Amino acid sequence: MKEDPILSVQNLAIAYKTRKGYIQAVRDVSFEIMPGENLGLVGESGCGKSTVAYSLVGFLGRNGRITNGRIIFKGQDMQSLDEKTLRKLRGAHIAMVYQEPMSSLNPTMRIGRQLAEALAAHTDLPAEEIRQRCIKALQDVYMPEPESILARYPHQLSGGQQQRVCIAMAMLNQPELLIMDEPTTALDVTVEAAVLDLVAELQEKFRTATLYISHNLGVIARVADKVGVMYAGELVELASTEQIYTHPLHPYTVGLMRCLPDVDAPRGTRELHPIPGRVPSPAEVPAGCIFAPRCEYAVPECSAGRPSFQEIAPGHFARCWRAREWLENPLWTKKPAKSSTYVCAKPESEEPILKVEDVRTYYPVPFTTVRSLIGLEKRRYVHAVDGVSLSVDCGYTLGIVGESGCGKSSLARTIVGLETPTGGKMEFLGIDISDEPVERRRREVIRHLQMVFQNPDGTLNPSYTVGDQIAMSLKRFRVVPANEVYGRVVQLLEAVKLNETYYHRLPRQLSGGEKQRVGIARAIASNPKMVICDEPVSALDVSVQAAVLMLLQEIQQQFQTAMILISHDLSSVRFFSDYVAVMYLGKIVEYGQVEEIFSPPSHPYTAALLAAVPRPDPTLKQEFVRLSGEIPSPVNPPAGCRFHTRCPYKLGEICEREEPPARRMSMDHVIYCHLPADTLQAIHPVIRRSA
Amino acid sequence: MAVDSTMIRITPAQLRWRRFKESVGLIFASPTAVLGLVIVLIWVFIAAFAPYLTHYTPYEQDYKNINKGPSAQHILGTDHLGRDVWARVAFGARTILLLAPISVGVAFLLGMVLGLPAGYFGGWVDELVMRILDSIMAFPTILLYMIIISAVGASPVNVVIAIAIGGAPGIARLIRALTLDIRTREYVAAARLRGDRPVQIMFREILPNCRGPLIVDLLLRIGYAAFYIGTLGFLGLGLPPPTPDWGGMVQEGHKFMTTNVWPVLSATVAIVTLVVGLNLFADGLREETMRYQ
Repeated sequence: MKEDPILSVQNLAIAYKTRKGYIQAVRDVSFEIMPGENLGLVGESGCGKSTVAYSLVGFLGRNGRITNGRIIFKGQDMQSLDEKTLRKLRGAHIAMVYQEPMSSLNPTMRIGRQLAEALAAHTDLPAEEIRQRCIKALQDVYMPEPESILARYPHQLSGGQQQRVCIAMAMLNQPELLIMDEPTTALDVTVEAAVLDLVAELQEKFRTATLYISHNLGVIARVADKVGVMYAGELVELASTEQIYTHPLHPYTVGLMRCLPDVDAPRGTRELHPIPGRVPSPAEVPAGCIFAPRCEYAVPECSAGRPSFQEIAPGHFARCWRAREWLENPLWTKKPAKSSTYVCAKPESEEPILKVEDVRTYYPVPFTTVRSLIGLEKRRYVHAVDGVSLSVDCGYTLGIVGESGCGKSSLARTIVGLETPTGGKMEFLGIDISDEPVERRRREVIRHLQMVFQNPDGTLNPSYTVGDQIAMSLKRFRVVPANEVYGRVVQLLEAVKLNETYYHRLPRQLSGGEKQRVGIARAIASNPKMVICDEPVSALDVSVQAAVLMLLQEIQQQFQTAMILISHDLSSVRFFSDYVAVMYLGKIVEYGQVEEIFSPPSHPYTAALLAAVPRPDPTLKQEFVRLSGEIPSPVNPPAGCRFHTRCPYKLGEICEREEPPARRMSMDHVIYCHLPADTLQAIHPVIRRSA
Repeated sequence: MAVDSTMIRITPAQLRWRRFKESVGLIFASPTAVLGLVIVLIWVFIAAFAPYLTHYTPYEQDYKNINKGPSAQHILGTDHLGRDVWARVAFGARTILLLAPISVGVAFLLGMVLGLPAGYFGGWVDELVMRILDSIMAFPTILLYMIIISAVGASPVNVVIAIAIGGAPGIARLIRALTLDIRTREYVAAARLRGDRPVQIMFREILPNCRGPLIVDLLLRIGYAAFYIGTLGFLGLGLPPPTPDWGGMVQEGHKFMTTNVWPVLSATVAIVTLVVGLNLFADGLREETMRYQ
């Protein structure tokens, strides 16, 4: 007998009122979720996926309205329900987990009380029973020592633990529908992997229907049974996970998959194909198919009328005029992984342009006790960078990989002069810059060491035009005479694929990707010998990341600039770097040529990082190397090997006492570990591809 | 890479005009702001064209017509020295509409010089500046003004100085708070990486981005300044007679309130409407800038 879906959304359309009138955020979304099924909703920022989620629980705010369509939950039309009935549904039958765990928990209430609230609001159980259920819920999400967690405040937990508490809170009343809005985006990749495991397990155990929203195709492949792809407020494709990843029927889905760097593809074997153009703002939506202006398969008919959402194959819906063609001639086939041995030819004679030796950067922790006022307390420090040595040659790229708190950003800021190192030596172009914050460095040094920043919204001054900001660099370093400045700015804009009209625009008129390009143009304006890119693409949409990464690569090849790429995203690091350093808690744990890092032998932490990255391939068999616990605090780093508190291969006391020695695995490849070289060699590769 | 090629070529001057219109359009989006603006503009008009709106001067004394109520020759009557009340109100508008913005302007300069370094450098500079500000703010405002004016005497310049000193701490704190936030932005780091000196960074990178909250705050303060000028006048610490000063009019006239309420009433209504107008304008603007956050 065919079951009824728990949730049925039909032709949903949502609009927001803004100063300029009504803006259609969601145009036409229809899907169904069966009991126990997990629907993954994928799309870039601004496509409307969060709006859809909020509309399901009636959280659209004062200026949002459902302009069309129906939402049917367990047979009831949600729009016809009054606020009182909706309140009973929320928390008990529909639960939601949000992106930022820190803002989802009340910072002034203990965890136990918050969990109890969720139960007390919907049931009549006595207090002791509630407490027992809360403890059980925490045990279900694998929180260690649940009783003591109940007594703590949210700020005493780490991000991963907070998110588990949110999940536990959501599951307390055993809802039939669980909505998760990017729950792991704010977490580190190793923590994310553990939370995703948890979500998958809970779903099997409780048969909860789930709506999982994410922009990360890899994550969706891991957790979802069905996938819906959204673009500019419309659902453009809906199919089972296998079908989406093996036989997609919409050019946008294909575009998304082709623009992702593959963490398992050796350097040089993979080309990125960014999607040209940009997502139209809701006010400028074209008349025909919304994706047509950016689609490489578009024909004139595509711009004539808007295609409807049709079932092209059983269970597989797509919104494309040419969808039936793609059934016969697939748009995209997964290519088998190529193997390559990319070896970086190191120049023998040249000196590295940057040499960093045993650099330490400590930040003082502000005093908060009365004892400190009297002077009785010893000063504590955050050991952000704790003894890092590396070197970069002219024209090569060093990738620095690590999770949050490992010190990579602090290292970048120290090298560039925004922070002063507490110890160690730094040499750039032969000049000792160890004690010079950027204010004291000579102009000739500054112009050759520039930086590209992470946050595109903060990288440009909102009060000046794009062209003026690039021109400021040119004028300051006297790169060209005054009358040639305009011409050179235009040249730089064109080098980052923006045309001349961008000169007079203000940053608020640019998209995130465009702002980041301007940031790159500004950085290369002075013809620097080295550019440090601090997470240049993390804050950008997936389709734009590829474009910016390729741009950086082009610039490097054209100008022979040395680069340091700092990222937590292993796939982009593998795509781009020649050498890689893996950092953990302020120290480098592994260093070598890029292909040596991404294949065994590896440091146990590197292996865990590689295992944790979600791949957009549901057929892959992944080794689950899971790290226990969380990253220790950099104020009190563990003695001996920093990683010993979480290492699955820990030898014993020696790891707790002594600093790990450097094991040289090849001319360039060094691993800092107590394990003997042959054990390291024998650690398995983390991915087994089927043929 | 396809770029939005539908952008037509516009000259920089046209773009700047467009942006200016946008900012001005913000005012018209708020009925409160428009109402406030209208009130203020009425007073500006009166102040500007005062000589044409009355054929009396504010100083003419008519001994035969002391403390008379409204009549055909004197629309608002006369005060205790026979001077035309409407003339004194109209010319008094000039005084207040000149002194209030100027004092706030000076307060802004003082506050900027204190607040920017305090926020940017932090450390002992911040501590020093904050303690200076704390000591000024420890005084109740009126008391502070009284102390200053009694010390240096009553004159327009001294009124400006007093109000500037009183208003500078608030502005300094606002600028300091904004600076503390803005200096963490990446574009400030980019300016440092360009070799900009701290002074350049403070005035070129940080200050222009404080515009929004700062403008609203300054407009509100103009309203308060107008109010304080009136208060000082009432306390006898304002501008020396016979300068037409609304506060002074209330002070001189309140002795005669039972027989001739018109000087006091007119001056009071003038102060109230101007201050309320300024406040409505500032409030409306602030609401608009916050509305779609």
